[in-house]
Amino acid sequence: MHIKEETKERHTLSVIVDNEPGILARIAGLFTARGYNIESLTVTDISEDDLISRITIVTSASADVMDQIIAQLERLVPVHKVVDLTALGPHVERELALVKVGGTGDHRIEALRLADVYRARVVDATTSSFIFEVTGGTEKIDTFVSLMREVGLIEVARTGIVAISRGKEAA
Amino acid sequence: MTAEKSGADILVEALTDLGVEIVFGYPGGAVLPIYDAIFKQTRIKHILVRHEQAATHAAEGYARSTGKPGVVLVTSGPGATNAVTGITDALMDSIPMVVITGQVATHLIGTDAFQEADTIGITRHCTKHNYLVKSPDRLGDVIHEAFHIATSGRPGPVVIDIPKDVQVATAKYRKPGAIQHKTYRPQVKADQSLIESAVEMLAAAERPVFYTGGGVINAGPAASQILRELARITGAPVTSTLMGLGAFPASSDQWLGMLGMHGTYEANYAMNKADLIIALGSRFDDRVTGRLDAFAPHAKKIHIDIDRSSINKTVRVDLPIIADVGRAMEDMVRVWKGRQHQKNDLSAWWKQIEEWRAKKSLYFPASTKEIMPQQAIKSLWEATKHRNPIITTEVGQHQMWAAQHFNFESPNKWLTSGGLGTMGYGLPAAIGAQLGNPNALVIDIAGEASIQMNIQELATASQYRLPVKLFILNNEYMGMVRQWQELTYSSRYSESYSESLPDFVKLAEAYGWTGLRVEDPADLDACIQSMINTDGPVLVDCRVAKLANCFPMIPSGAAHTDMMLHSDNVSGEMDDEAKALV
Ligand SMILES: Cc1cc2nc3c(=O)[nH]c(=O)nc-3n(C[C@H](O)[C@H](O)[C@H](O)COP(=O)(O)OP(=O)(O)OC[C@H]3O[C@@H](n4cnc5c(N)ncnc54)[C@H](O)[C@@H]3O)c2cc1C
Ligand SMILES: Cc1ncc(C[n+]2csc(CCOP(=O)(O)OP(=O)(O)O)c2C)c(N)n1
Ligand SMILES: [Mg+2]
Repeated sequence: MHIKEETKERHTLSVIVDNEPGILARIAGLFTARGYNIESLTVTDISEDDLISRITIVTSASADVMDQIIAQLERLVPVHKVVDLTALGPHVERELALVKVGGTGDHRIEALRLADVYRARVVDATTSSFIFEVTGGTEKIDTFVSLMREVGLIEVARTGIVAISRGKEAA
Repeated sequence: MTAEKSGADILVEALTDLGVEIVFGYPGGAVLPIYDAIFKQTRIKHILVRHEQAATHAAEGYARSTGKPGVVLVTSGPGATNAVTGITDALMDSIPMVVITGQVATHLIGTDAFQEADTIGITRHCTKHNYLVKSPDRLGDVIHEAFHIATSGRPGPVVIDIPKDVQVATAKYRKPGAIQHKTYRPQVKADQSLIESAVEMLAAAERPVFYTGGGVINAGPAASQILRELARITGAPVTSTLMGLGAFPASSDQWLGMLGMHGTYEANYAMNKADLIIALGSRFDDRVTGRLDAFAPHAKKIHIDIDRSSINKTVRVDLPIIADVGRAMEDMVRVWKGRQHQKNDLSAWWKQIEEWRAKKSLYFPASTKEIMPQQAIKSLWEATKHRNPIITTEVGQHQMWAAQHFNFESPNKWLTSGGLGTMGYGLPAAIGAQLGNPNALVIDIAGEASIQMNIQELATASQYRLPVKLFILNNEYMGMVRQWQELTYSSRYSESYSESLPDFVKLAEAYGWTGLRVEDPADLDACIQSMINTDGPVLVDCRVAKLANCFPMIPSGAAHTDMMLHSDNVSGEMDDEAKALV
């Protein structure tokens, strides 16, 4: 017997929660407990009084499971609302990466040239290394990082995706 | 200015304000301040169980039989971990319960202190919600909020973990007003247009079935009454899950019996051939649906449930309605009558159902040599039905036979562990039910294996002089396991024989119970009578046919129409796909 795999779609969810201790464990644990996957997860406080956080989760699942994920999230007591930004349509997704690249001579110049094309800023430099700060969609960052790999990538730190709906209304 | 009180006193006062009469618990270091506060008052009665798991099941039994939340008090570490099974059980079966756990002092949390366990972490996903209270100022509000969450919407267990220093430190307590939670607001009233659509679908249906579940019991006794009315005015047949038994009277002509894996032929065939299924507070569990792609293939489905996550979880429905099912049924009845719908002509449908009924799927062979377990249940029902008893069960064949052969007429009389299927549930649940219903006849229908999982609770019943009756269908096997081994593994009975059984009669006597034994079918009725007529707790060791199997049965993962009836020869080996299903 073999275990069957289902076709999955990638969705970005925005979850507005009460900023209470354990909330992250509650959300992340729900995903592991019910066998849902998490590709990216970011949390930060977004209110003036530190009471509300926005959790942005990128997950992939079949349409039916996606519906369950949202219903299960909404069921958690400290959750205010869950917005499926992917289903909603127009929204902006961004990620920030800090990319440390080493090298001298031609490699150094090439790294700087590429950084310019990708609008990456130099935020630290030594005679043999740079740290670039780059923002954009996941794909852009992926490409930038893979280009840097060719010219001397040392290490990368990424924030994971944050996202927000377009237009003047809150989603 | 009100004076400050210790956290322990605040707890006791808040529980009193909430109308709590009984707490099931077990003391220990981390709850000593609370036990001292309990000692000093008289309004709350503490029931000392013999194992924390039993406290949780007793609270479940109390809750399910009274409609009030069950309350549990246990110490930190092992006290809390022992309670986890019952907490999970309550989550699966939607039982309102509040569990108070002691915790090590706040400054010791995280240091692997004596009897420290991460109770909040451990119970996060087996509770509806949980709290760690780090200050006595928050305690009163948290307790009131916890009861609100446990009892409203889809009921469930809530854990409140209270560090020992918080029990001792002082703060002011004030009884809060009605709770308006900022995020938690279950929807109880259905959207009117959806109710209207449901009524029109029902009025147009030729082969409708009401598929009712535990949610109707959760919605309170009034919901069971309105279900009867809805069935009466529409004339449609009614089936129920294991958890919903009693919501609709088994004596009604419209009753099809339970559906699902061990449900009747008529209930499962009606689901399979229906053109409309109205799911009322039921959650399309795998024991009910069988093979999903063959489930009710011809039916449009309406699903009324208070929890949106129950909707479209396993089965896609055509008309989801999020509401309290009692309120929604009331609305449906009103709209039906308002629109002057008449009962549809369902005679062709009923004629079909009669043919299925004629299969007599609950048939079992009679015997004069040994007691047939099904007969034991029937006799028990005949002898006790005039007293409208409360029945609890353990888990196994005896549980299914009880569901099939004990006919329930009203809600809150049938207490069983359905979702988690916890052996050891029945005796403590019976104790809880007896405490909540002092004048009721409460019987735990047990198996000889299950009963040993919480057998220590015999002492609890003795201590509080609870006249609980324990009726053990002793087949000397973990019968349900043996049955699956027979069907799936060519009768290789691996570890399913109940070896080295105690002498249950002597055991009963050792605990101060009356013990009876019956082996001959000719003595069965007399033994049951003597069980009922003997004051105080009575255990009956009812020796039944050892190899009887529970039918009908839809094997795991099979369609409703692939039901095995009693007469089928069913022993054999199943393929890997079937073996992989629970
Ligand atoms: C050995 C064994 C065999 C079993 N065989 C069978 C079998 O043959 N047939 C069978 O049916 N079961 C069987 N079960 C039980 C099964 O595992 C499930 O527990 C059961 O089917 C679930 O019942 P339910 O659908 O009524 O849901 P419950 O678990 O009772 O859930 C209640 C549903 O109603 C909703 N609800 C709660 N309150 C309200 C309200 N106020 N208003 C609206 N909705 C509400 C909840 O959100 C939930 O969706 C068996 C169990 C065991 C241990
Ligand atoms: C705590 C727990 N462990 C294991 C099981 C698996 N299980 C289900 S039924 C059963 C056998 C029950 O035997 P018994 O109580 O004698 O009941 P019978 O089936 O013989 O009526 C077992 C082991 C369970 N449901 N619960
Ligand atoms: Mg047995």
